[in-house]
Amino acid sequence: MSGTWALELDGVTKVYGEQPPVHALRGVSFAVRRGELVAIVGPSGSGKSTLLHVMGTLELPSEGVVRIGGVDASGLSDRELSRLRARQIGFVFQQFFLAEHASVRENVADGLLYAGVPAVERYRRADEALERVGLSHRASFRPTQLSGGERQRVAIARAVVGTPAIVLADEPTGNLDSTTGASIMELLHELHANGATILMITHDAGLADQLPRQIRVLDGQVVSDTACDRGDVA
Amino acid sequence: MIATDSRLGWRDGLRVASVGMRARRLRATLSALGIAIGTAAIVAVLGLSSSSQAGLIAEINQLGTNLLTVEAGQSFTGGQAKLPLQAPARITHLDHVEELAHTGLVKEAKVYRSALVPPASTGGLSVRATSLNLTAVLGVGLARGSWLNAGTAREPVAVLGAVAAQRLGIDRIRPDQRIWLGHQWFDVAGILEASPLETDIDSSALVGYPAAQQYLGYLSLVHGAKESGPPSSIYVRTATGHEAAVQSLLAATANPEAPNEVNVSQPSDVLTARAAAAGAFDSLFLGLGLVALVVGAVGVANIMIISVLERRSEIGLRRALGATKGQIRTQFLAESILLALVGGVVGVLAGAAATAGYAESKGWAILIPVEAWSGGIAAALLIGALAGLMPAVRASRMPPTVALRTV
Ligand SMILES: Nc1ncnc2c1ncn2[C@@H]1O[C@H](COP(=O)(O)OP(=O)(O)O)[C@@H](O)[C@H]1O
Ligand SMILES: [Mg+2]
Repeated sequence: MSGTWALELDGVTKVYGEQPPVHALRGVSFAVRRGELVAIVGPSGSGKSTLLHVMGTLELPSEGVVRIGGVDASGLSDRELSRLRARQIGFVFQQFFLAEHASVRENVADGLLYAGVPAVERYRRADEALERVGLSHRASFRPTQLSGGERQRVAIARAVVGTPAIVLADEPTGNLDSTTGASIMELLHELHANGATILMITHDAGLADQLPRQIRVLDGQVVSDTACDRGDVA
Repeated sequence: MIATDSRLGWRDGLRVASVGMRARRLRATLSALGIAIGTAAIVAVLGLSSSSQAGLIAEINQLGTNLLTVEAGQSFTGGQAKLPLQAPARITHLDHVEELAHTGLVKEAKVYRSALVPPASTGGLSVRATSLNLTAVLGVGLARGSWLNAGTAREPVAVLGAVAAQRLGIDRIRPDQRIWLGHQWFDVAGILEASPLETDIDSSALVGYPAAQQYLGYLSLVHGAKESGPPSSIYVRTATGHEAAVQSLLAATANPEAPNEVNVSQPSDVLTARAAAAGAFDSLFLGLGLVALVVGAVGVANIMIISVLERRSEIGLRRALGATKGQIRTQFLAESILLALVGGVVGVLAGAAATAGYAESKGWAILIPVEAWSGGIAAALLIGALAGLMPAVRASRMPPTVALRTV
């Protein structure tokens, strides 16, 4: 994995429907370096989730370019996009999305299920990832036996188990109380300190302020980016 | 990355395909039940017909397929032909004839329970003169009393076939047991067991040839001399494997002057045909089994459609984890096939158990045709594939963002 950019967006727009068309994203451009920890902050309906889906190649932009680890996502087949997601992108969702009938360890290992990694290796890495999020002692538990904070830690372990180019987290503390949310923020900082590239979406300006870089969006447009203010990005 | 091929191995594939079943066991059980009932019915119907057929064939083989029957047929003018008196003696000299017995139908004589029964009420019974080795040649056992011997063959003594005894209301042999035969009383010496190969014997009262001659006037005149006979049926046991050779010679041997007035048959043929008919499965139950299968298929399709709707977030998550459309389609298709297959396997086992139980109780060999169980499994696989196809395609076409947004 070479290159400085984990993620690049260039003039990304997303329009839903025909009449009237909904402009969820209007010309969004920014880039995230490897190893960055970035917050995307904006009020509800400002286009944050749409942005996350486009960055995660779950949805293609109407216009503009998305590059993940230097790879242009436009023009890729479903198979190639799936491969990109399996190996380069980790997702964390507000609702965790864990499989209730599988153990914590299996849930984490399934982060590599579609990456072509043999089972033994998947479980070995799952154990490592669980250790990183501090849940080794819960490996054989079911998600239903865990607290909300623990569940989100499992989901984060699943997102980082394949050491992706970038982790995209959509309101990861949205379903948690403030104390638990704070511990999740702490975990993101730790993972960042250990080299992970993380982009977190939130509507909470207070949470965003804890992160090194904030990109503010409103009505589908970037209104400010602390990196630009500091002159990090040309 | 370690591997470049991102296809799932069969273990992972199976685990992923069984996620739905493991999460909702009761639902999976109920939807597989329809298919289980259908396959069970089909396997049981086919298994039972095969087993009953096998049972009949075993029975026929036990009776022996080497019995041939020679009977008087139609004469050239359309009347009832007769067999020559010497026919049995001539047939005895044929190669590969092991033994023979014969009976002569005494048409004029009727048999009644007592002299008071109206003459028209014959009950469909006939009177036959018989050679003394009849039971040995036909392999018919005695149910009661004793068979005729050289002494009783000269006396007004009769032995009843199984059906004749039943129609006359005689189920035991008492010393004074008599029947009204011809125009006088005959003692009843014994009752025969059923004769599956020669059912004519069952509905007959059998008397010795000498008794038939003396008391019933059943005789032939040869150059003015009285002889008992002629026989109307000759039962020939051949050496096994020579049935056809002997059969081809019988008519000409029995009646060289008019071979076409002689009917030759192999009684086991009739039974074999009946066995084949028993082997023809019950199409009503087979039809019901098919209906159950179709209903089962609709049930599986229904469950799969619901499952796809309910598991949107799982589908979205898998897409986010890197599953291709094809992998999602395969997952749901495999789940449907697995569900149907479980039903099919359970159904085959249940159908086989039902067949085994019934065949056991009847003393038949247990025979479940390969086509029955392999067909049951194949039908289940096909149903699973058909029922799962549409839901699987739907699942694969669901945009991941839509799948993730709902919840
Ligand atoms: N699939 C869609 N079809 C139509 N409109 C959509 C769709 N997804 C999002 N939108 C619209 O785009 C805008 C941005 O939505 P979203 O990205 O969910 O915002 P946020 O996550 O910041 O709350 C909203 O007005 C929303 O209604
Ligand atoms: Mg949102």
